[in-house]
Amino acid sequence: MFAFHEGGAVPVVDPTSADGVFSLLWLVIALPLAGAAILLIGGRLTDKWGHLLATLLPIGSFGIALAMFVGVLGRDDSDRQVSQHLYTWFETGHLNVGMDLLYDPLSALFLLLITGVGSLIHVYSIGYMAHDPRRRRFFAYLNLFLAAMLMLVLSENYLGLFLGWEGVGLASYLLIGFWQHKPSAAAAAKKAFVINRVGDMGLSLAIMLFFITFGSTSFTVISAGAGDASDTTVTILGLLLLLGACGKSAQFPLQAWLLDAMEGPTPVSALIHAATMVTAGVYLIVRSNFIFELAPHAQTVVVVVAVISILWGAWIGCAKDDIKKALAGSTMSQIGYMMLGAGLGVAGYAFAIFHLLTHGFFKANMFLGAGSVMHGMDDDVDMRHYGAVRKAMPVTYLTFAMGYLAIIGFPGFSGFWSKDKIIETALADNWIVGLCALLGAGVTGFYMTRLMLLTFFTEKRWEKDVHPHESPSVMTVPLIVLAALSVLGGVMLAGDWIVDFLSPVTGVAPHEDPPIPALAVTVIAVAVVAVGVALAWFLVGKRDVPREAPQDVSWVTKAGRNEVYGNLINDTLVVNPGRHLTTALMATDKYAVDGTLTGGPVAIGAVASVARRLQNGYVRSYAFSVLAGGLIVLLALLVVNAA
Amino acid sequence: MDFTKPTIEYADLWPMLVVYGVACLGVLVEAFLPRERRFGVQSLLAGAGLVAALVGTILVGRDLDVLGDGAARGTIDVEGTIAIDGPALFLWGIILVFAIGGVLLFAERRLEGGVSSFAGQAAALPGTEAERQASTRGLEHTEVYPLLMFAVGGMMLFPAANDLLTMFVALEVLSLPLYLLCGLARRRRLLSQEAAMKYFMLGAFSSGFFIYGIALVYGFAGSMQFADINEAVRNDLGNDALLLIGLGMMSVGLLFKVGAAPFHQWTPDVYQGAPTAVTAFMAAGTKIAAFGALLRLFYVAFGSDRWTWQPMLWVIAILTMVVGAVLAVVQTDMKRMLAYSSVAHTGFLLTGVLGVQQATELSDGEITSLQAVLFYLTTYGFAMIGAFAVVTLVRDSGGEATTFARWQGLGRRSPLVAGLFAFFLLSMAGIPLTAGFVGKWAVFTVALSAGAWPVVIAAILCSIVAVFFYVRVIVLMFFVDGDPAPGGELAVVTRPSVLTSATIVVGVAATLVLGVVPGPVLDLAGHAGQFLR
Repeated sequence: MFAFHEGGAVPVVDPTSADGVFSLLWLVIALPLAGAAILLIGGRLTDKWGHLLATLLPIGSFGIALAMFVGVLGRDDSDRQVSQHLYTWFETGHLNVGMDLLYDPLSALFLLLITGVGSLIHVYSIGYMAHDPRRRRFFAYLNLFLAAMLMLVLSENYLGLFLGWEGVGLASYLLIGFWQHKPSAAAAAKKAFVINRVGDMGLSLAIMLFFITFGSTSFTVISAGAGDASDTTVTILGLLLLLGACGKSAQFPLQAWLLDAMEGPTPVSALIHAATMVTAGVYLIVRSNFIFELAPHAQTVVVVVAVISILWGAWIGCAKDDIKKALAGSTMSQIGYMMLGAGLGVAGYAFAIFHLLTHGFFKANMFLGAGSVMHGMDDDVDMRHYGAVRKAMPVTYLTFAMGYLAIIGFPGFSGFWSKDKIIETALADNWIVGLCALLGAGVTGFYMTRLMLLTFFTEKRWEKDVHPHESPSVMTVPLIVLAALSVLGGVMLAGDWIVDFLSPVTGVAPHEDPPIPALAVTVIAVAVVAVGVALAWFLVGKRDVPREAPQDVSWVTKAGRNEVYGNLINDTLVVNPGRHLTTALMATDKYAVDGTLTGGPVAIGAVASVARRLQNGYVRSYAFSVLAGGLIVLLALLVVNAA
Repeated sequence: MDFTKPTIEYADLWPMLVVYGVACLGVLVEAFLPRERRFGVQSLLAGAGLVAALVGTILVGRDLDVLGDGAARGTIDVEGTIAIDGPALFLWGIILVFAIGGVLLFAERRLEGGVSSFAGQAAALPGTEAERQASTRGLEHTEVYPLLMFAVGGMMLFPAANDLLTMFVALEVLSLPLYLLCGLARRRRLLSQEAAMKYFMLGAFSSGFFIYGIALVYGFAGSMQFADINEAVRNDLGNDALLLIGLGMMSVGLLFKVGAAPFHQWTPDVYQGAPTAVTAFMAAGTKIAAFGALLRLFYVAFGSDRWTWQPMLWVIAILTMVVGAVLAVVQTDMKRMLAYSSVAHTGFLLTGVLGVQQATELSDGEITSLQAVLFYLTTYGFAMIGAFAVVTLVRDSGGEATTFARWQGLGRRSPLVAGLFAFFLLSMAGIPLTAGFVGKWAVFTVALSAGAWPVVIAAILCSIVAVFFYVRVIVLMFFVDGDPAPGGELAVVTRPSVLTSATIVVGVAATLVLGVVPGPVLDLAGHAGQFLR
């Protein structure tokens, strides 16, 4: 079996060096990276064939990933971690940060998801972006994103992971703002970038703390030494990692950027903001299991954040009329489930990853389906303008329906297996958490049914000049593949395969008898979902849907439409104090200094005269500031050293 | 009283002496050569002198003596007044590299249509007949090259000074030529002269603090030499007030030079008013030299009792970062924005100064604060000089267009130049795979391992704010449509000569290489070892 550190339940990372098919590991990243480079540097020369090349390269990566997956299946449990040293990033004294890659069961699954779903979305984009004048650039950014995302999940140390982390952030920024003619898109891109930096702050502090505590950022070293660190240190590390995860995965309280990010082209929403990048936070926590297992308090915080996000996202999903924003709320909620699984520790890690994979299938499927609907509806995103689209777009409808059944957890579909496992584990851990997760499942049933009814059923509400039509096959084939995966994804759980496969990374949970039989949990969960679906049928399906959103609605709906006031909270707590600080500093910088000398006209119209005097601050006020600063320095020295 | 002739170790000092020698030669060239031949001779002379000094620095650095336990290398020369040690030579090296960049930018004549960006005749009042004549006759000031060389000489002496008086002399030698250079802009001369005047007056004011502090510290220690002061501090002679006030006043002088808050206010005005080539050179060179001196003063002279001054620096560092980052957000002028961002960088560098100094206090593999700061200075210098070099290219009919409104949509019109500028900004913001990331990472880590976590948290928060204003510029260049305001025009990129292009290309290459393989330069900084005591 594999090595454990003392007293821990989690295996130590202890890779062997790469050989055979695994020596191609670097190529998985290099292929899409080369694609991005060729398309960006080649410029207009590559306009004609660039998108095809950019699609073939990820398919190549997928091929390698598949070969390696088969290779790793043929190995013993203890031999399933492989690392490859690319080059030394820093080396100074004994500090050595290498560009090392790590291939283990966890990254194996991510590799398949990223390259597989990524390739499908590239294919889809060939159709979706066919008429966009900047198509080449779009594909270049997509390839750049894939390379960064693969770096994130393949790196053997936190610094390399951070490189990928920032890389996906950059690519996401470029792609959200891709339609730069829309000011809203540019604003959304900026917002995503800034909020993500808050999370990145947590991650970068964590990395520095790793470095100071363990003298390294490598998973191998840290997982072996984690047992020796103090409880406080690991708790702080856990919380900092969680902050990083919240930013990237749009979890409470850093969720506000995800809905705005829907300004990007729909394939981007499917790939980055549903299937892969936003799940990086879950990856981070599962990957850092050797820290979280030693930090139970941090795990509790993960669970709390997860539960809030599940309900918060679901609430938003219920009220939005914009099909992509409703799906985005749902994404936040579903990632909450994965976080919940990850927060539950050894018992939940594998299920978190399982749900992550199935969600990657069905959510990508539904986003692409939504894109297909928008494609047919002249890029209208308001579901109140849809209705009865199923007749015009049968393939989109059928594939979307598979995703729908998967996400609500219809028995037998992939989401059923994965969500059920998380709810079951949560109930076994803490019944309040379990009940919240159950409630979330019911609300999921409600908002997804509402979305389904508004879009594909009820009577048609389109404008006369809109002619919905089925999308070309280059778009529908990926939909069909993803729909198949949404249906069959549950097969990974057969015989607990995924749990066993991931055990070299996540450890093995001790077997305990659940307080409530698993079958009972399943039945209850299905019943709760059925209530949600029925509610949606009575509230939406049986009534007339107005083309304009009614304004006299309950506060619950209003709050949901306003994203549960996430932006208001951010503005009140962060943005406005920041503005005040800036104004105050500007005033101090230019006026207070002067004002203390000449009386108090500072207060009157200080801001108005800022503009006038901005260029020509007075030397005397600067000199006064130097003097005052000198006094501060002296006082600080004297006070500190008086003792 | 006998007079003993001081020993001067020419073999160690010659790189610096070359710089001073070329500066003096430049003055002679001004006096004896006909006007039309001066430009070529002066610029070649300055360039050759700097390259020779750089080669000399490398040669001297290669055979420095390793001392005692191997933590430091070098010798103390000229009767104990100048320390030629690893850190000093490292600083010399980067100062000379950036000075070469400065000369290249100074010599750029294509952007202004055949003349340099310096005033034709500085003595002519703006808007007068004399000024018009000077510009129609195509006059230019070639004195800028000797001035630059004197400033470089001062910058080299400053971090190498090993006693208080030498340090003061170096401070003045580096500052006076810069005051003059700042006032020599060809365009917007009033702004430029005002900047020079302000810089001079405030510089003189802060020098007053510095020299007063020197007097007090001398009163405390009874010696000008750092080693003796260190001894006095260690033995705690009991006259603390003298030491503390002296230390505080000297800090004011140095913190003014590095542009730390609340002594930063000259920075935006001077960076904006000075000719951009001067700003580029000054932003990189002055900060490097002043940080070198600050490190030596605090680590060598006051190093044995760092808890006297560390709390003060904590406060200054946090204040500097907050002021720099927050005020940069509200700027609407590219040069002012870069100036405030340079204030924020001062704060980040001060964070590094707070780190652990002695390699013996560290576990294996950790880097010392000196190493981190030296590396950060290198990355900062390349990004700053490159960014300001790009600013010289972006012009409208009135010369350089530095207001944000003019930069709208520049990424559409000149994707290459805008892309390079964006790359420099990303490095300043500390995005991975750029030099700035490794630099920030290094200084934050050393500060954290010295327990300065409140400063590090403030630093990370400020770097988030900083990302915001850098990204704002990138958005402006790439994502905003170029609709000029009524009556306004949009800036375009003017094609420069090979001189400016070379500076920018080297800046980009260094920023990329230091981000991807920072090892060799980090090693070199580590190899430089500690300051000599």
